[in-house]
Amino acid sequence: MSPMSRVLLSEWTKIRTVRATLWTLVSALVVTVALGVLISALLNNTFDDLAREDRLTFDPTFISFSGTQLGQLAMIAFGILVVANEYSTGMIRSSLSAVPVRGRLLVAKLAVATALALAVGMVTAFASFLLGQLALGDHRTDLSEPGVLRAVFGTGLYMGLIALFAMGLTWVLRSPLLSFGVQIPFFFMISNILANVPATEKIGDYLPDQAGSRAMAVVDTGGWPYGPWTGLLIMLAWVAAAVLAGWLVLRHRDA
Amino acid sequence: MIEATGLTKSYGSKTAVYNLNFRVQPGKVTGFLGPNGAGKSTTMRMILGLDAPTNGSVTIGGHQYHQLPNAPRLVGALLDANAKHGGRSARAHLLCLAQLSGIPARRVDEVLDVVGLTQVARKRSKGFSLGMGQRLGIAAALLGDPQVLLFDEPVNGLDPEGIRWVRELMRRLASEGRTVFVSSHLMSEMAQTADHLIVIGRGQLMADLPVRAFIEQNSTGFARVRTPDGDEAGREKLVRALAEAGGQVLAEPEGTLKVTGVELPRISELAHAADVRLWELSPHHASLEEAYMRMTQGAVDYRSSDDQRSGLQAPPQQVPGGWQQPAGPQGGYAPPPLGGYGAPPPAHAAPPHPPHASHQAAAPYRPEDAR
Repeated sequence: MSPMSRVLLSEWTKIRTVRATLWTLVSALVVTVALGVLISALLNNTFDDLAREDRLTFDPTFISFSGTQLGQLAMIAFGILVVANEYSTGMIRSSLSAVPVRGRLLVAKLAVATALALAVGMVTAFASFLLGQLALGDHRTDLSEPGVLRAVFGTGLYMGLIALFAMGLTWVLRSPLLSFGVQIPFFFMISNILANVPATEKIGDYLPDQAGSRAMAVVDTGGWPYGPWTGLLIMLAWVAAAVLAGWLVLRHRDA
Repeated sequence: MIEATGLTKSYGSKTAVYNLNFRVQPGKVTGFLGPNGAGKSTTMRMILGLDAPTNGSVTIGGHQYHQLPNAPRLVGALLDANAKHGGRSARAHLLCLAQLSGIPARRVDEVLDVVGLTQVARKRSKGFSLGMGQRLGIAAALLGDPQVLLFDEPVNGLDPEGIRWVRELMRRLASEGRTVFVSSHLMSEMAQTADHLIVIGRGQLMADLPVRAFIEQNSTGFARVRTPDGDEAGREKLVRALAEAGGQVLAEPEGTLKVTGVELPRISELAHAADVRLWELSPHHASLEEAYMRMTQGAVDYRSSDDQRSGLQAPPQQVPGGWQQPAGPQGGYAPPPLGGYGAPPPAHAAPPHPPHASHQAAAPYRPEDAR
C-alpha cells in the first residue's frame, strides 16, 4: 500500500470507530430533512396568507432546504470533532509520529471526512427535496424543472463544504471548545445577522454560508448580487482559505 | 542511536531545554531522569519531530525524525498514556495507528497479547485505568517492532506487578540490541531498570553516566553504631575516641551514631580499646534518591513550601571532626555554630544556650531557600 492510501485507510478507521462522530452525521441528515418537511408543510397550509410578492417569488426547492439552517450545525460539529478529537485526546502526537509528513495526514483526514460529509450531504439534499415537495402539496416542483437539480446538488455540496470549512478552521484552533465556541455561534446567528442588517448586508452576502446558500435557490429574488455558481465559488474560496490556514498552522506549529 | 547536539527549546522567554548534548546507545536501557518540568517530555517530543528545536538538533541514527525512511517502523514511542479517544476500543485505537504505518492488523492482536489487554481489546478505552492506559500506550510503541523505543514515564499508575513487567520488558528490548530511552522522575526506579543515566534539571544536563558509576559516586558510605541503651558514658567515650581518630560523628534521633571517615574494623578496634560494647556496627549507603535530589536541587520547578522549613531544622548532617558537644537532655550532639572556632556569634557566647539554637544556626544555607 502506498503511504497515502494507508493513511486514508487509517483515517477511515478513526472515523468509523468513534460513535459520537458518526452521530453528528446522522443528526445532520435527520434534522435537515425533518425541519425542511415541517416548514414545507407549514407553508403549504399558509400559502394563501403570504404576501403577493412572496407568492410570486415562491421557491418550493429552496423552502424544502430550510432545515439546512439547523442541520448545517451538525455538519460543522462533525468537521470540528474529526479534527479536534486528535488534539483533545493527544492522539495527534501518535498520528504525526506515524506520519511525519504532516501535509499527508491533513490531506488524508480531510479527504476521508469530506467524502463522507459530501455523501451524507447529498443524501440529505435529495431526501429534503423529495419529502419537502411531498409536504408542499400543490405548490411543489420537481427535478425536471429548470435549475432544480442544480439546486439539489448545490445543497449537497453546501453540506459537504461547510464541514470541510469547519475542519480547516479547527486545524487552526485545535481545541474543541474553542472551535465550537467560535463556529457554532457564527453560523447560527452572527452570519445571519450580518447578512440581514442593512448596514452590513453587502459584507454579509459574501460570508461562506450566505454565499453557498445561493446555490440552494432556484428562483432569483434579486436579493443576491451573484448567481448560484458564483455563490458556490465564493464559498469554495473560503473553504480553501480555511484549509490553507490549517495546513500552515499544522506545518509550522509544535504539535 | 539517538544523539542530541546543543538541543535547545524556548517558549517565549522561558527556556524548557537548554543546550543538551547526549547520546543514547543501543543495547542499553537509558534512563532519562529529572524532576517534573525539567524538560524530559519536551526533549522526547523534539526527538520525534513533534516540536521543532529553537537551536541545535536531535537525530536518530544520524537522521532527523522526519527524514527517516520509515520512521514508524524504526521508532516507537509512548508519550502519554491518555492519548487515546475514550470512545474507541483498545483494538480500534491500535488499528488506527497500525494502518497509519502500514502495519498489518494481525500485529495489533500480537501486541495486545504482549501487554495483556486481549481480554478488554474490544472494550471502549474510556473505562481503562491509568495502568491499562500505560499498557495500551506501550502496545502502540511496540506495533512497528521498532529498533528505537521512547517511553515517557511508563510506570506511572502501574501496580507493582505492572512495574516489574515494564522493567523486564525494557531490559528484554535492550538485550535484543534496541535503543531504549525511558524517562522517569524516580531515581529508585531507574536504578533498577537502567544501565545508563541522563539526568536533567531545568532543561540542562546534570549528569550523563552509567548507573553503576552514579551509584559509586553518589552513595557515600557510613557506619551506624549503636552502644548499649543507657550507657551514656560509654557512648561519649566512643564518640571522643572516634573524633580523635579523625571520624565524623552524628547522633541520630534514635540514639544511634552515624560515623563517616573511619572504616568499620577501625571503629570496632576503637570501641574495644575504649572498652565500649557495641550493639550494632553496620555499613550503610546513602540512598540514590538523596544523591539525585542533591544533584537536581535548585533545578526543581515545583517546590513545596514545606521544604524551606526542613532546611532550617537540623537534617542528619555529618559533624566536622573533633567538634563534639554533648548537648542537653535530648542527648544529641549539636553541630557546631556556623562561625566555627574563630568567631562564635554572640548568641553562642553565653552558655548554656538551648540546643535548638545551635541547631538552627548550623542549618546549611542554600541560596534557593531564600527565593
